[in-house]
Amino acid sequence: MSDVLEVALRLLAVLAAFLVLPLLVGQAEHKAMAHMQGRLGPMYAGGFHGWAQLIADGVKFAQKEDIVPAGADRRVFQLAPAVALLPYLVVLIVLPVGPNGFVGQVVDAGLFFVLAVMGVGVLGSLMAGWASANKFSLLGGLRTAAQLMAYELPMLLAAASVAMAAGTLSLPLIVEEFEWWWLPWQAVGGLVFFTAGLAELQRPPFDMPVADSEIIFGAYTEYTGLRFALFLLAEYAGIVVLCLLTTVLFLGGWHGPWSDSLGWLWTLLKGTALAFVVIWLRTSYPRLREDQLQRFAWTVLIPLALAQIALTGVVRVVAQ
Amino acid sequence: MSDDAPRSEPSGTASGRRLPGRGLAKGLAVTLRTMTRRSVTDQYPDALPELPPRSRGVIGLFEENCTVCMLCARECPDWCIYIDSHKETVPATTPGGRERSRNVLDRFAIDFALCMYCGICIEVCPFDALFWSPEFEYAEEDILDLTHERDRLREWMWTVPVPPALDPAGEEPKEVAAARKAAERPDPPEQPGTEPGRPGGRGPRREGEA
Ligand code: SF4
Ligand code: SF4
Repeated sequence: MSDVLEVALRLLAVLAAFLVLPLLVGQAEHKAMAHMQGRLGPMYAGGFHGWAQLIADGVKFAQKEDIVPAGADRRVFQLAPAVALLPYLVVLIVLPVGPNGFVGQVVDAGLFFVLAVMGVGVLGSLMAGWASANKFSLLGGLRTAAQLMAYELPMLLAAASVAMAAGTLSLPLIVEEFEWWWLPWQAVGGLVFFTAGLAELQRPPFDMPVADSEIIFGAYTEYTGLRFALFLLAEYAGIVVLCLLTTVLFLGGWHGPWSDSLGWLWTLLKGTALAFVVIWLRTSYPRLREDQLQRFAWTVLIPLALAQIALTGVVRVVAQ
Repeated sequence: MSDDAPRSEPSGTASGRRLPGRGLAKGLAVTLRTMTRRSVTDQYPDALPELPPRSRGVIGLFEENCTVCMLCARECPDWCIYIDSHKETVPATTPGGRERSRNVLDRFAIDFALCMYCGICIEVCPFDALFWSPEFEYAEEDILDLTHERDRLREWMWTVPVPPALDPAGEEPKEVAAARKAAERPDPPEQPGTEPGRPGGRGPRREGEA
């Protein structure tokens, strides 16, 4: 009986984190981006510096009419937001936050599982683009597909490099194995992983699939109300997952002073710093053109990832 | 991205080529520096903005100066100034003199829903009857209420600021220059034709002679 209770409690905690963390990232983006542009951002909602802005936004989205275009493929259209959002919840369950079982559920081949499930999230955009019966949506969906093809590969290669270094596919064990000198050793892989992850989330400067100035909002053009909000939530949940995953794989997760008691805090701190970088990049750089985007993946990221794998292999063999 | 760096620096200066990705780092530095500075936003409804002295908020009509010459209404590119008037005859002031007619203003209105704040009407008025006021809080729920009639336009006159002081290094205004010249001139020798009771008539005549 207590087993069931424990599982339920863990899942509840993960669900709470899944609902709260993306909102925190979203609010941080509102404020940080505003100040980077010399503005103040939301100031009124909730009274103190607009802290409740995203709650207000959520209420607004919930009130709006849910429209399905007449020519749309109804079932697929309505299912797409869930397909985009749920994989991130599943990934969050297996991400280790602290030592000694501070994780929703330990999965043996965690790394493999996480990467496989994260790829499913992009399917949501594809479904939305295809089912909307709208040329802009279709363009956005196909760009999403092309981007997924291009960036999934460097991401997997970079992750494989870490798996090689640690000699395991289990996320908690990868963190256990981590030594400080992995930082310089896996730095290139980390950069490739993070960049490719950004591209997969379609975050600026890799937001060609939703480029609002040319194809309106890509695959999400026809969405309204709560379903649209779910897509937005998926983007921010994706940021949370990507930042935590990069932390776990490349930044040593909970390693840090007093990691026995404060390990979870270290993971969250490192993840927060990465989330700030995500926002920072968005504010600083213009969007890449579609061909630049593809060339960057195939001619820069993939060779770099391969070089990282070679380096990892050489060091592993020499060190043993 | 990094493979585009050489292309984005067509000048090809030595400093531009030093490090690939230098521009990327610069971009990050700019946004980070801006974040540490105070933001420039005025929190408008809570704090009134500091407007420059010649802001174009609303147009005030100094009705006492208006001669109903209609120049403003004719020059307005939007035709959003409405003027009605009628003529009145003024009885002769001297016995046997001629009766004079003068224009009397019946209606003067500006439709601020159409006005594009070009300021042509103000520039063109030869009698200094139109002025800019910096007041801008006159939004309405009904667009018809944006047509300000003459009383309202007259009320705006109270909000017209005194003209800002002249630049100390600037040229002297023409009127002041003429008056100063007249005052500095040594008294002309007494002439039988000059009437001491009309000093105003002197200046222009003298200037014409010069
Ligand atoms: S400011 Fe321009 S548009 Fe407005 S009333 Fe004067 S002349 Fe017309
Ligand atoms: S130009 Fe000046 S004087 Fe002439 S009608 Fe307009 S406001 Fe009156």
